Amino acid sequence: MTNTLTKDQATGRTTTAGYAARIEHVSKSFAGPAGRQLVLDDITLDVAPGEFVTLLGASGCGKSTLLNLVAGLDKPSVGSIATPGGRPALMFQEHALFPWLTAGKNIELALRLRGVAKTERRTEAERLLDLVRLGGAYRKRVHELSGGMRQRVALARALAQDSQLLLMDEPFAALDAITRDVLHDELTRIWRETQLSVLFVTHNVREAVRLAERVVLLSSRPGRIAREWTVGIEQPRRIEDAAVAELSVEITEELRGEIRRHGQH
Amino acid sequence: MASTETSSEAKAKPDSHDLAGLEAGLDALDAVQSHRTPVSEVLLKKVLPPVVAVVLVVALWQALVWAKVTDEGSLPAPSAVWDSVSKLWMAGTLLEVVWTSVSRGLLGFLLALAIGTPLGLLVARVKFVRAAIGPILSGLQSLPSVAWVPPAVIWLGLNNQMMYAVILLGAVPSIANGLVSGVDQVPPLFLRAGRTMGATGLKGTWHIVMPAALPGYVAGLKQGWAFSWRSLMAAEIIASSPDLGLGLGQLLENGRNNADMPGVFLAILLILLVGIAIDLLLFSPLERAVLRGRGLLVKN
Repeated sequence: MTNTLTKDQATGRTTTAGYAARIEHVSKSFAGPAGRQLVLDDITLDVAPGEFVTLLGASGCGKSTLLNLVAGLDKPSVGSIATPGGRPALMFQEHALFPWLTAGKNIELALRLRGVAKTERRTEAERLLDLVRLGGAYRKRVHELSGGMRQRVALARALAQDSQLLLMDEPFAALDAITRDVLHDELTRIWRETQLSVLFVTHNVREAVRLAERVVLLSSRPGRIAREWTVGIEQPRRIEDAAVAELSVEITEELRGEIRRHGQH
Repeated sequence: MASTETSSEAKAKPDSHDLAGLEAGLDALDAVQSHRTPVSEVLLKKVLPPVVAVVLVVALWQALVWAKVTDEGSLPAPSAVWDSVSKLWMAGTLLEVVWTSVSRGLLGFLLALAIGTPLGLLVARVKFVRAAIGPILSGLQSLPSVAWVPPAVIWLGLNNQMMYAVILLGAVPSIANGLVSGVDQVPPLFLRAGRTMGATGLKGTWHIVMPAALPGYVAGLKQGWAFSWRSLMAAEIIASSPDLGLGLGQLLENGRNNADMPGVFLAILLILLVGIAIDLLLFSPLERAVLRGRGLLVKN
């Protein structure tokens, strides 16, 4: 708890709660062909203010389901989720930018829905585009942007919601390796500048270790928290750093063990 | 090999300045260039072919007249049709006749738009309404609108209201159905993204669903106009009365009554031309603008 408090003071954010998200004993089941299927089983997890947590797991571990629950797009079957900083922002694997709007107007829509006055929207949108280093892209249409640029506009749009918690659902999975690498640097920089709390879902172990302060491994079917690692490596890291590689090997072994268990019955 | 160089350079000094440069390079390499077609190319590829086709059809027509395949009462020469155009023009009634029909058609279309749009939204978004009237609405599209003329005349009499009723019955289902299929094709991802941004309920409909459904909606409008025009012509031909003023449909009917074949040809050509012109001037540019803005008009 002391750890959480100091972090809270460090970010300077005024939160009454000592967490950006609190997931308590959350289970989720869906109606499947063979009766109700348990997807998430008794997940308890806190994300501290300003903390970067990655949720790691193989397919079918329910990590995207968990993110949807935290985003409020779906309700848990059992348990509770609290996000004291308001509705979290959510970024998807697909950019999900609206093709009928320019890059700038996409951001302004988020500002408008948040209730920002019309006169301030333009300036704020330009500031956010500058933050993701797309200062000249205000008038660009979505189809005129590359994959990496689209994800950066999507990030700017998510930041426009001014939420204390940013949820990211494999946002870089569809990008080429070079672009993904650059966006990792970019995300780390922006996370440190904005002091946001991030809950980042991925199946890529190296990505998880590259980005996170804490890696949470989920087992599959049903998703349970299998293990956690605190990543002590100093930022900015690089994905090819020896320390990143070393921890990745350890986590991958654990992940493989989790996957193997499913082949045994 | 440029990519290996930049990435090894970035590894050497991962400071933020270098990251900016790297990113600028990636953006420049990846950015999609879009450009508009030059006017000369448009003229050559889009305007020339239909002009050639029209010239060929008129030439064939003239050839048939010269070959005397049938008597002149059944197939007038192009020049005879041209004579009736200039006669009507000289009398000062040509534009008046066209305007009578076009103004009716457009006003009827606007009414259909005002009714079809909320109706389409209701059917698309409210499950009960969709189950109740969705099938009827799509079934109505296949009902020829000329079938509505007799009941409309009985209900409303021989007047403009009757014309508008027939237009509405023809065009509203097309417009509503276009919107329904537009809404059905909205990617669920947009709705989820909208919801996380707080666009739910009416806000979601206005900011996300409507603009996302616009391509389908515009396609429905295009078809709605075609149906409006067709319905109106059916109504004008069947229900002609001196009180109604002279529209293109009545012009055609008058030609038939007077056994004036050039007049009949003239009326048919005018009906066709107006239909094409409204589509070319209004709906096609609208559709192209919507699709181009979204990067959906891909050139091969």
